[in-house]
Amino acid sequence: MREIALHIIDIAENSVNANADTIKISVSENLHSDRLSFSVSDNGAGMDDEMLAKVVDPFTTTRTTRKVGLGIPLLKAAAESCNGGLTITSTRGKGTKISCWFQRSHIDRMPLGDIVNTFIILLVGYPSIHWIFRYEFNDEMFEFDDEYFKNELGDLPLSEPSILRFLREHLNLGMEAIIKKQYQK
Amino acid sequence: MPTVKTLEDLKKIREEALEKRKAKATTGQKQVIVGMGTCGIAAGARDAMKAILDVIEKDNLTGVMVTQTGCIGLCEKEPIVQVIIGEEPKVTYGKVSPEIAVRIMKEHVENGTVVKTNVIQL
Repeated sequence: MREIALHIIDIAENSVNANADTIKISVSENLHSDRLSFSVSDNGAGMDDEMLAKVVDPFTTTRTTRKVGLGIPLLKAAAESCNGGLTITSTRGKGTKISCWFQRSHIDRMPLGDIVNTFIILLVGYPSIHWIFRYEFNDEMFEFDDEYFKNELGDLPLSEPSILRFLREHLNLGMEAIIKKQYQK
Repeated sequence: MPTVKTLEDLKKIREEALEKRKAKATTGQKQVIVGMGTCGIAAGARDAMKAILDVIEKDNLTGVMVTQTGCIGLCEKEPIVQVIIGEEPKVTYGKVSPEIAVRIMKEHVENGTVVKTNVIQL
């Protein structure tokens, strides 16, 4: 994977497969602590202690089409190669949270990448899930809770052209605003 | 939180979109499915999906349902995009770059012509 945003889609897909109906993705860039981190938490099936211990092993997977599950092990390796790490907490029947962090200035740290389109693709691809996206830059925060928009849109699908345009503009503006605020301080 | 202006924009967009959907003749439900397993994402499925959504936005295509699926076991052929138009059989495309994704949308989804160069048999 060449962008952290792609890892985020991958981890969020795990939450979808665990039958979560609410998934929260939080991305944080902090220049003071020199840290880029993200977390994905869901209210899906969760894992028991035995599964939790095995899940970072590339030969552990719940899918039947192949014998390997590379998402989590590759992410863990990428984070650790940047003075970072990955932790997973999970409770069977309640949900799972994966937290991952990188030293932001590390020379090997891959770019965050196209995070806005990542959010939009998850929103459009899995419309029945309640998505909450949060982006923090230093101490400024932008949050997008799709419930607010879905209430207004009713049963109109998100893949309508005008809705896509609206989402893209809203997310881009929201994120640009907080980054600008920081640089003006 | 969105400002009041944003809320009004949203209401307007909803009304306009509903009108457009009512006016459009239903020629058959159009569905586009993008594979987003780890293999798909690593091969560039997100960029293919972005290209698909861009065509929808720019060509103003209403009534196209875009969904995702996980790994279907053909990892070496990712990114994989499947198209179902109305009652027609599902067409599966492999190695879908953003350029091919645009062709699929314009030639197959908009005009009904399958993009033969990238079709794969499951």
